[in-house]
Amino acid sequence: MTATIEAPRTPARPARKGGANLEKWGWIYMRASGVLLLVLIFGHLFTNLMLGDGIHAIDFGFVGGKWADPFWQWWDVLMLWLALIHGANGMRTLVNDYTNPGTVQKLLKGALFAAAAVLIVLGTLVVFTFDPCPAGAPADLLPSFCAAL
Amino acid sequence: MPETSAGTLTAPDKPAKQKPGGTLYRGHEGMWSWVLHRITGVAIFFFLLVHILDTALVRVSPEAYNTVIGAYQTPIMGLGEVALVGAIVFHAYNGLRIILVDFWAWATRHQKVLFWVVVALWAVTMLAFTPRHLMNVFGH
Repeated sequence: MTATIEAPRTPARPARKGGANLEKWGWIYMRASGVLLLVLIFGHLFTNLMLGDGIHAIDFGFVGGKWADPFWQWWDVLMLWLALIHGANGMRTLVNDYTNPGTVQKLLKGALFAAAAVLIVLGTLVVFTFDPCPAGAPADLLPSFCAAL
Repeated sequence: MPETSAGTLTAPDKPAKQKPGGTLYRGHEGMWSWVLHRITGVAIFFFLLVHILDTALVRVSPEAYNTVIGAYQTPIMGLGEVALVGAIVFHAYNGLRIILVDFWAWATRHQKVLFWVVVALWAVTMLAFTPRHLMNVFGH
């Protein structure tokens, strides 16, 4: 009777042959997006929480006033894409660390991908299709420039 | 690595006692930097999911958005925002530390000192943010 004993440290799957090294690009992405996110999020927190009355002043009119300016639309959309991909990829690292390859791991990674994809699409649509002066809304809830329309 | 010579390797008279954290990494600055980076990262990720959904309510109606954003303006949530900003600021500064450690040999050798630099800069930033934010939360 013979038994085959696998060599120690046999890889779970064969080594990758050719093609882009996605893990390397993920590693680079985390650092590049991290630096950009530091600037974008610190700016976001400073304008929304430190200037003026901070959190107390945030309402529909405040958001409408900000997104009337393409500068803040693009600021927020860039932040949305970079942060969700950065966050979902970071969570993927944790899933890899704390679960074994298999169905559960696939489901968790699928959920991360779905959450990031849905929220990126939703957030981008909201920023670019947003109407700061919706018809029929009470004027005192709207940005001040709506009165001039 | 090549710039430090190994010198002569001599066996210690007595073998070093095995104790947790007695080796290179475990229980020291590097470990706590790693632990805190994970915890703050997960916390920020789940806040981000909620924050995109609550902001998306501007597309529903001004009333819906104002009602939900009003929940962020209560004293309890005001304190939660201090914790959130604390997590973000730590993750941001520690992320810069990680980049420095990855790309700059000096920083690799001094990663422990850099952890305390991160803690110090975090404290300064929070001292600037927290009083201002609490004034906005409790001053109205």
